[in-house]
Amino acid sequence: MPWLGPRVGRSLQPRKDANSALLSNYEVFQLLTDLKEQRKESGKNKHSTGQQNLNTITYETLKYISKTPCSHQSPEIVREFLTAMKSHKLTKAEKLQLLNHRPMTAVEIQLMVEESEERLTEEQIEALLHTVTSILPAGPEAEQKKTTGCDVTMDEEDPA
Amino acid sequence: MFVLVEMVDTVRIPPWQFERKLNDSIAEELNKKLANKVVYNVGLCICLFDITKLEDAYVFPGDGASHTKVHFRYVVFHPFLDEILIGKIKGCSPEGVHVSLGFFEDILIPPESLQQPAKFDDAEQVWVWEYETEEGAHDLYMDTGEEIRFRVVDESFVDTSPTGPSSAEVASTSEEPPKKEAPYTLVGSISEPGLGLLSWWTSS
Repeated sequence: MPWLGPRVGRSLQPRKDANSALLSNYEVFQLLTDLKEQRKESGKNKHSTGQQNLNTITYETLKYISKTPCSHQSPEIVREFLTAMKSHKLTKAEKLQLLNHRPMTAVEIQLMVEESEERLTEEQIEALLHTVTSILPAGPEAEQKKTTGCDVTMDEEDPA
Repeated sequence: MFVLVEMVDTVRIPPWQFERKLNDSIAEELNKKLANKVVYNVGLCICLFDITKLEDAYVFPGDGASHTKVHFRYVVFHPFLDEILIGKIKGCSPEGVHVSLGFFEDILIPPESLQQPAKFDDAEQVWVWEYETEEGAHDLYMDTGEEIRFRVVDESFVDTSPTGPSSAEVASTSEEPPKKEAPYTLVGSISEPGLGLLSWWTSS
């Protein structure tokens, strides 16, 4: 008999097809933002004990995702990105990571693309970086780094 | 790091909620049951995505509530193997570096998966990467609150359902209270170029 979740009844039967069900951080960001608006409008039972778990998890998850590059994305940007990615021949999971993280350095690309040394030349990695950074908007963290600089050297750059 | 999981469940709506729209009651019940909970071998449930099918609702003898079989999709946190994630260091212990994502806290990077060579500083309770340069070893501390990029290398689900009376007796005779196990933990690694504290890899 298959084991079922701790506080979830035995009636729950999840069926999962791993790859086809991947969600981008942007989709979850949209969903949670819409949910927050809906619940704000309906008002009444947001604070009933049953809703506390939903409140906690949506608040914390939204807080996490808001600090990533996906918070500045839009459906058009995602569509443009996926179209541009077609020529690079990457797997679904690799494209998803690029979309979620918006890597800005070659070493990050090598982390997210499996066997990148064999599949991509240096020029291809540069081209990929260019596509990613030009289509996807920078995240809130990256913008902060531009203005405050990093630990070792003080980068005096004008805020964008 | 998120997936959409199709699930089926029977939702019980008590009579005093019959005036509400069925879909709203069902959505609320499903979120009450699953949000912020771990389902064994599935992941941490976040929120309801949509309801795909509602079967007929039945009222059973002796119970005034309606029971509806619902097919729905739920947003679940379940990073895939080898996925790269960014989190914050929650703290260090001899077991390794503990990382948190805010909404999920049970991530551990064991000592063997840190950038080598690494040592544990007992006085400050922090792991240190002894980075070798031409000038000699440069100690890089993994301080609490720092942002860290890591790769998910393993996951483990533990069934934390309540156990029967016999094992509870054994537990009460032992001296310490039973250790609370996390139902879902991730094991990470930072032993590759580009992984570890973000500040280690930002170009000047």
